[in-house]
Amino acid sequence: MVLTQDKAYMLDSRLSPVARKWGFESLSAMTQSLRGVPNKNMISDIVEAMSTHETSFFRDIGPFYVLRDTLLPYLIKNTARDTKKLRVWCNACSSGQEPYSVAMILKEQAAQMPGWSFEILATDISHEVLELAKDGIYTQTEVQRGVPVQYLLKYFTHKGDKWQVNADIRSMIKFQNLNLLEPMPSIGPIDLVVCRNILLHFDEQTQTSVMKNIAALMNPQGFFMLGGSDTNEQATQIFREIDAKWKIYALSGSNFS
Amino acid sequence: MDDSRVVRKVAGRIIQDFGFTCREAENGLKAVELCQIEMPDVIVLDWNMPVMSGIEFLEKLRQMENGASPKVVMCTMESDTDHIRRAVEAGANEYIVKPFDREVFRTKFMLMGVLEY
Repeated sequence: MVLTQDKAYMLDSRLSPVARKWGFESLSAMTQSLRGVPNKNMISDIVEAMSTHETSFFRDIGPFYVLRDTLLPYLIKNTARDTKKLRVWCNACSSGQEPYSVAMILKEQAAQMPGWSFEILATDISHEVLELAKDGIYTQTEVQRGVPVQYLLKYFTHKGDKWQVNADIRSMIKFQNLNLLEPMPSIGPIDLVVCRNILLHFDEQTQTSVMKNIAALMNPQGFFMLGGSDTNEQATQIFREIDAKWKIYALSGSNFS
Repeated sequence: MDDSRVVRKVAGRIIQDFGFTCREAENGLKAVELCQIEMPDVIVLDWNMPVMSGIEFLEKLRQMENGASPKVVMCTMESDTDHIRRAVEAGANEYIVKPFDREVFRTKFMLMGVLEY
């Protein structure tokens, strides 16, 4: 994770409670202890505190229209596998709004894709947010910031003052803990990788390394999506840009045009 | 359209910031009169208003000449599924449960296609 000087306040506000919990007089004292043999649970608390969990349903909306109208039809036509299964990986999924958004798009399009099934793998480094994501329960404000009203009626159930994603959508997603900086598990081949607004937190070398690892897991005809806050310099060295506005890419050997 | 002047002002300010010009109505009957003079592009509509409620206005709107054209977002305290379903069946394009903020309005306007995404 790369933090500039202006993020010093964020570092302090997020990590000071962790330092206090573990009995350190100061952030510096905790940092010193990390150089020795740190407690695994303390490391876990630090990771949880530093993870950025900002997300929303159908964030920026445009990429989801591209997914529905362009990427999905291409994948269905050009993914030559006997299984007729489409595999999506949403990494840094946070509290789940993004994979649930993808799931709703796939569910809506299912009628146009008879015989196809979908598997969404949603991963995050934070165990805490993954537990929230699995429950699929959101506040009124969270659903209003992105869920079209027809989808709210179709795919959610009102429970008290909250809304829960229905079981048929929840069951489309497998939530799993994964650190993008560790060796990638064998989860391929992936047809669509949604990697939005996470790589910007890494330095350029790390971004390149992560994207190369992701590319190695992809279906040659698959697609890679970045987010609005991501830069595309490293991505264009590894992938072929197919949508500059929404930062969507194909592998260099893809037949997509 | 809301019987609360404060709500009309707050919502109006948000919508004007998006680049729209706004007219206000404190009840459904007044709203009908305004639509007969000039049909708006977008209507933000409360449910519970005196004289003519929001849902009554919506049903009337969709039967008016050019009444199919405005995008309508119901903006109300009613948060249950029955109210939401009734609003959509009556012709609402989107639904906001109060309290609202700028981001909710922006998202709903984008979903309705009246604000660029």
